[in-house]
Amino acid sequence: MALAPLAIAVPIIAACLLVMGDSLTPRALANAVAIGTASATVVLCALLLGQVWHGTEVFWMGGWHPREGGVAVGIDLAVDPLGAGSATFAAAVATAALVYSSRYLEAVAPMFQALMLVMLAGMVGLCLTGDLFNLFVFFELLSVPAYALTAYRIEHGGPLQGGLGFALVNSIGSFLVVSGIGLVYGRTGALNLAQIGDALAGHPADGLVVVAFTLIACGFLVKAAIVPFHFWLADAYAAAPVPVCILFSGVMVELAMLGLARVLWTAFSGAEGMLADGVGDVLAVVGLGTALLGAVMTFLQHRLKRMLAFATIAHSGMLLTGIAVLDAHGLGGVAMLGLANGMVTASLFMAVGILSRRLGSISERGLHGRGGRERVAGGVLLLGGLALASVPPLGIFAGKALVEEAATARGWGVAPALFLVVSALTGGAVLRAVARIFLGVGQRAERDPLEQDEEGETGEHEPSGAASVLLLEVPMIALLVAGLAAGAIPEVRHAVEHAAGQLVDRHAYASQVLEGRAPPGTTAPPPSTGPYTSSYLYAIGSLVGALACAAAALFMPRTRPLAVLARGGDLVRRWHTGHLGDYATWAVVGVVALGWALAAAAT
Amino acid sequence: MSVYPYIVAGWMMVVGLFGIGRSRNLIHMILCLSVVQSSTYVLLLAVGFRRDATAPVFQGIAPWRRAVDPIVQALTLTDVVVEATVVALMLALAVDAHKRFGTLDPQDLRPQRG
Repeated sequence: MALAPLAIAVPIIAACLLVMGDSLTPRALANAVAIGTASATVVLCALLLGQVWHGTEVFWMGGWHPREGGVAVGIDLAVDPLGAGSATFAAAVATAALVYSSRYLEAVAPMFQALMLVMLAGMVGLCLTGDLFNLFVFFELLSVPAYALTAYRIEHGGPLQGGLGFALVNSIGSFLVVSGIGLVYGRTGALNLAQIGDALAGHPADGLVVVAFTLIACGFLVKAAIVPFHFWLADAYAAAPVPVCILFSGVMVELAMLGLARVLWTAFSGAEGMLADGVGDVLAVVGLGTALLGAVMTFLQHRLKRMLAFATIAHSGMLLTGIAVLDAHGLGGVAMLGLANGMVTASLFMAVGILSRRLGSISERGLHGRGGRERVAGGVLLLGGLALASVPPLGIFAGKALVEEAATARGWGVAPALFLVVSALTGGAVLRAVARIFLGVGQRAERDPLEQDEEGETGEHEPSGAASVLLLEVPMIALLVAGLAAGAIPEVRHAVEHAAGQLVDRHAYASQVLEGRAPPGTTAPPPSTGPYTSSYLYAIGSLVGALACAAAALFMPRTRPLAVLARGGDLVRRWHTGHLGDYATWAVVGVVALGWALAAAAT
Repeated sequence: MSVYPYIVAGWMMVVGLFGIGRSRNLIHMILCLSVVQSSTYVLLLAVGFRRDATAPVFQGIAPWRRAVDPIVQALTLTDVVVEATVVALMLALAVDAHKRFGTLDPQDLRPQRG
């Protein structure tokens, strides 16, 4: 089990070496070290995943095993299949991002790669830890490099504002997490997730428990960009360099959901009332609202990075809806959707990066009809747009179908219908952009006056030579294919559901961690049998909807539904003032409202 | 255990957040953020405090002496380190904003809309 700490230590050590060698290291060597380290982390995490497949394994730091009676003094890494799988996924996406950045950012300094590696270490740690406070520490370890990376191209105004807003709102989220941890520790005297779970189990969830859960959950919801904590995300994504967006959109949102699920099930699920239907309803309303708002904003964007940023918010809302079902099937769907969507969105960002580098613009209008030669990027955008519209059997469809079926079984018949709208709008936005850029369809709009400001990827050299092109395109295609194929292979879906089933089993987790053995007679929940006909019908509906949305925006921009949508979007857009103080205020409003609703539901 | 430390912690969090919401100056905003952060120190220390107890340094004191909880102190220290990093980074960004754009008003740093 020494693999688990190694998977966290290796990227940190490599990052330190890169910083020490800073200007002395030749560029090629720094790239090789960074990519090699990230690939080594993939291997370590994959080996770990194989080890823990049939049950959680625990590594106690410094050999501080828990005493008889389940009192943990030491700090542990408790690795379960979903955690190890997520770590493998994070490391794989990070490897792709590093390969891509080796050619994308010509002037890349070893500092950039060091920050990416530290962020990777934070992500892996977040997946593997079994200790509530260490969860916070790893959360911060992934956040602080993220703030710095957002503002990496500091000579522009956007990155400064994006980085500051990101740091401000997410720091408030971190402080909420710390306060929640303090309250939990005051109640239970424990920081180990399993021990907290045992201490809270069997007692009603009173005010303090609900407040503590709300504070911790809000910290993760900030990172997952759930409305109204989402304001920072679009600014940060628009400002950050593309390789950083890949990690943000592909991994960070998904890991925030993993953190939320981990805390909810291992620590809080035992308390009576925590898994009450009302709690799920509250989370589902927030999740569906986020998904809808994100989808509408996606459709109204004309700059591709912002478009994908809001698509990320929409998917984050769908993930939260899946968690809100509060059972293994819902979580299985979340894991599947997160996996597929993370990889597809990451490859879409890579395609946008290629357009930006070659054609000098990321605006759909600025690129009108100019995409002709960029066939690979165009193909990726087309396939990715179809995947976002949840075309079966591509990856996102499989995950979405699982979430839909879990939600329907829970009695939320409205969820699949809303998901259909979300898929149609997000997929339609990307397809519309593809038609404009690569086919030159639709009216040529006047030049976007704001384009100059947002267009930040300029000032770097054009990549030259076949090798450079390969390094940009291979990771992009690999991620896209993996994301699309994941849905078509039933074994992947079963494996993900198996992993999710283990995470929600609090008793098995607690006895593995505190007593070092599996409890007798645990049975895994049966894998779901879907996707059913209804899911295929919904998928066809969302594909037709996406094509209709794209066509309406291209050929009939003045029609009534679009005008209504645009007016609604204007209201939402006015809400996104861009003022940092407003972002913080809305975050506070969100915490209070969510806490009040959860307290009403759980107690 | 007295309730006052918790009230103080809650108050610090509220005024800090209020300050962030109203701030028109980046330095002021970042310092308000560290006021919010300080509220978590007070909260953590209050959780571990015990009356009539000594500091948790176990060398040279009688073994039956009660000590305050050392774990929350370790948590607070970690928290301080984290905050120092975040505040240093944000101040560096603020310095850069002033250098390049000659302003510390977050309103002037608005991103492009769209």
